[in-house]
Amino acid sequence: MNRRMVFYMLGKIIFVEALLLTLPFAVSLIYKESCAWSFLITIGIALAVGLILTVLSKPSTRLIYAKEGFVLVAIAWILMSLIGALPFTISGEIPNYVDAIFETVSGFTTTGASILTNIEALSHGTLFWRSFTHWVGGMGVLVFVMALVPSLCDRSIHILRAEVPGPVVGKLVPKIKQTAKILYLIYIALTLVQVILLWCGDMNLFESLIHSFGTAGTGGFSSKADSIAGYSAYSQWVITIFMLVFGLNFNIFFFILIKRVKSVLKNEEMWAYFGIVAVSIAIVTANTAPIYETFAEALRHSAFQVASIISTTGYTTADYTLWPQLIKTLLLILMIIGSCAGSTAGGLKVSRVVMLFKQTKKELLHMLHPRSVSTVKIDGKKVDSATLHSVCVYFAVYMVVLFLVFLLLSLETSFSFESNLSATIACFNNIGPGLGAVGPVGSYAAYSPFSKILLSLTMLFGRLEIYPLLFALTPSTWTKKIR
Amino acid sequence: MKIVVSGCGKIGFEIIKNLVNEGHDVIAVDNNPAAIEEITNVCDVMGVTGNSADCETLAEAGIADTQLFVAVTGSDEMNMLSCYIAKRMGAEHTIARIRNPEYNDNSLSFMRQQLGLSLSINPELLTAKEIFNVLKFPSAVKVENFSKRGIELVEIKLSVDSELDGLTMVKMREKYKADYLVCAVTRGEEAFIPAGNFVLKAGDKIGIIAAPNELQKLLKMLGVLRKQAKSVMILGASKTAYYLSKMLISAGIDVKIIEQNAARCEEFGAELGEKAVIINGDGAEQELLLEEGIRAVDSFVALTGMDEENIIVSLFATTQGVQKVITKINREEMCTLANKLGLDSIIVPKSVNADILVRYARALENSMGSNVETLYKILDGRAEALEFNVRSDFTQVDIPLKNMKFKQNILIAGIVRGRKTIIPSGDDVIKLDDKVIVVAANQRLNDLADIIK
Repeated sequence: MNRRMVFYMLGKIIFVEALLLTLPFAVSLIYKESCAWSFLITIGIALAVGLILTVLSKPSTRLIYAKEGFVLVAIAWILMSLIGALPFTISGEIPNYVDAIFETVSGFTTTGASILTNIEALSHGTLFWRSFTHWVGGMGVLVFVMALVPSLCDRSIHILRAEVPGPVVGKLVPKIKQTAKILYLIYIALTLVQVILLWCGDMNLFESLIHSFGTAGTGGFSSKADSIAGYSAYSQWVITIFMLVFGLNFNIFFFILIKRVKSVLKNEEMWAYFGIVAVSIAIVTANTAPIYETFAEALRHSAFQVASIISTTGYTTADYTLWPQLIKTLLLILMIIGSCAGSTAGGLKVSRVVMLFKQTKKELLHMLHPRSVSTVKIDGKKVDSATLHSVCVYFAVYMVVLFLVFLLLSLETSFSFESNLSATIACFNNIGPGLGAVGPVGSYAAYSPFSKILLSLTMLFGRLEIYPLLFALTPSTWTKKIR
Repeated sequence: MKIVVSGCGKIGFEIIKNLVNEGHDVIAVDNNPAAIEEITNVCDVMGVTGNSADCETLAEAGIADTQLFVAVTGSDEMNMLSCYIAKRMGAEHTIARIRNPEYNDNSLSFMRQQLGLSLSINPELLTAKEIFNVLKFPSAVKVENFSKRGIELVEIKLSVDSELDGLTMVKMREKYKADYLVCAVTRGEEAFIPAGNFVLKAGDKIGIIAAPNELQKLLKMLGVLRKQAKSVMILGASKTAYYLSKMLISAGIDVKIIEQNAARCEEFGAELGEKAVIINGDGAEQELLLEEGIRAVDSFVALTGMDEENIIVSLFATTQGVQKVITKINREEMCTLANKLGLDSIIVPKSVNADILVRYARALENSMGSNVETLYKILDGRAEALEFNVRSDFTQVDIPLKNMKFKQNILIAGIVRGRKTIIPSGDDVIKLDDKVIVVAANQRLNDLADIIK
């Protein structure tokens, strides 16, 4: 493995994180808060780490392969979280470093699970950084670095593949740097539109920014303890729509931009996504209508919760743990499905679910008619068997990790079965709030440090789609064995 | 510039690699998903899987706003059809690989016109031409021509007992008085544009530029001049061998071809007529080579499809005292290895083709149209020799070269004014409508203006 190149690129990534940290630093200066110091110190540390990494590991060759891509992405995310957690601890707003790591990982992985019980007490700078990690983590840090740094390395496609979620990762335009730029420009433009729309409502600029970051990254950190519940119906609808928008594959926006509407309209994943959303909203509304006074209110809360869960954001306007049993289970299933591939959302991804269904149908048909020959088609194109195979394997690995984490989390005796299972699913699929004790009004604060670290890793597993972290944690990747 | 390349085989791969290095936006099309996977892993390109003669595939590749479409799949007909459709769908320029001798010999210009092709490339013919150049000039490792043979650039490898070993450029000029210029040197992996105090060493590969007669004079003085080949033994009856044999025969050079496949021998005999001697037998058998008089020929060309066989048989030919041995190698990585084994004339067909595409793309990029007249990658691709037309937009006309501020690693190696060839010194000037030959290491030039700081 080309370790030098991995560490060299790691250094560059940390430099970019230092650059990103200047934003919350500026915010805390504007509000004249003492936490400015904690950001300044962290920037210093990040610069030092970046400098050491880039100077000590000047690579002899810039060539990297798939292995390096996976490992780089995994370590980059861990290291970024470790450094990103420093301001919380240095400023004393989250005194326990493990708690700070949990909060930062939750931010970068766009989970939105929080250990904080009194959010309103945080300073503006810290709140900004907490939500900004969502925005950065949503589209991916390395994609951001690729858009900025001129030719990070040869064959950087491996990095893109490792970081961007979904079964198949393609480029929008021939050059990878251009692709990264286009993705980020779309991302920035959509975020800005949302900020302006929210600002027109009952949020001030700071709150609009915080909640737009949370929506764009499909994260879910709010500046309020009751999430979005306290805001007007207008703001709630805006956020509902944008949560659904950010759950779409970004290729769709690109195709709309270059006026290839045909490609958009025949996108099966998008229609499946909208179908699931529509059906879920209908079921939830039908079941919650008796709880609320008017139908409009029931529809608004149902749509918001469904959009929030399927886009893996995790904002809430109502405590859905008080809703009927059927709805809770439905939401749990939506958590696992998640949104489209190539979006900022987590979960299994709709395209994988669609492929799994089609593959299952094909296999069942094959049992009845052993000589039948059929192919799985997506968007009218044949999906090659290697992709189908990898989707099945991914699903198997996904389940193994899910139950392994659930098993380890069950060491916690003070939590119910429901809480532990939903905490695992909510963290693994990057949603945030679960059911029971970790529901919309609860928090993860009561978990032991071991469980917090376990859940942090789970969030990373979910965001990076298992493999990068799995390879980075496998010892044989690091030894000179040729396996 | 946006370029779509259809076909990711050996040649396609090399072309794509070169075009990406030039900074173009390249989209690769191939009907084999594995080939697309491989190319997208190695190069910064977008891949499209599908049949390149299918409108939908071409539309997916965004053919409508493509400046250049290159079809280099294995099938001539496929390439022609793809180019035709691509042109109709909006590609500005199209280039097809057409290598079937039947198309090339008779109907090429008609077809090119009818299909609207900007250029057709025939890898085998190009390779044969390159080999032919070297056979006509066996002292050199490689020969390139500028301005219709008004200036030649030869690459020579300095042997261990070379008289040039240890000489500086200035001393070399004093000792061997002729009108020439050493324009580039490679030592190991590095390429230099030598200054006056540069010291030559045995093992260097040097590029010398001069008018043909001056070059002969210099090589005679150096004692490395060898006469043009008189008899050539060719191993393998490939398409390249066919074109090469035809050229050699028309130049009055004796040709003997050894081929294992009897049917292929028949065909070859029918195509080439009486003048070529065709032997049916395994060329890897030393006994056969000796029997057919490998000791008597002065040149040997290994053109089989197997790199390993070409290398081994070439080594054998060298030990049998054949003066000029040329080896065709498909895989570039093998070149360094073959060089180390003592083979110095190595032809890599895919690089020959990629050079042409790079030149064409660069010329297209120029708003003035084709300003780069010719482009050769020299010294194993480590340096470039370019020929430019001097147009009215060049600001540095009539200024002595010594007063001009050139970029690093740039050399004005020749000026052609009308029928006169000038190997320039500091006092010479560039005039309007001259052709200027520039040698550059470690950079790419698009325009003559690029050479000035």
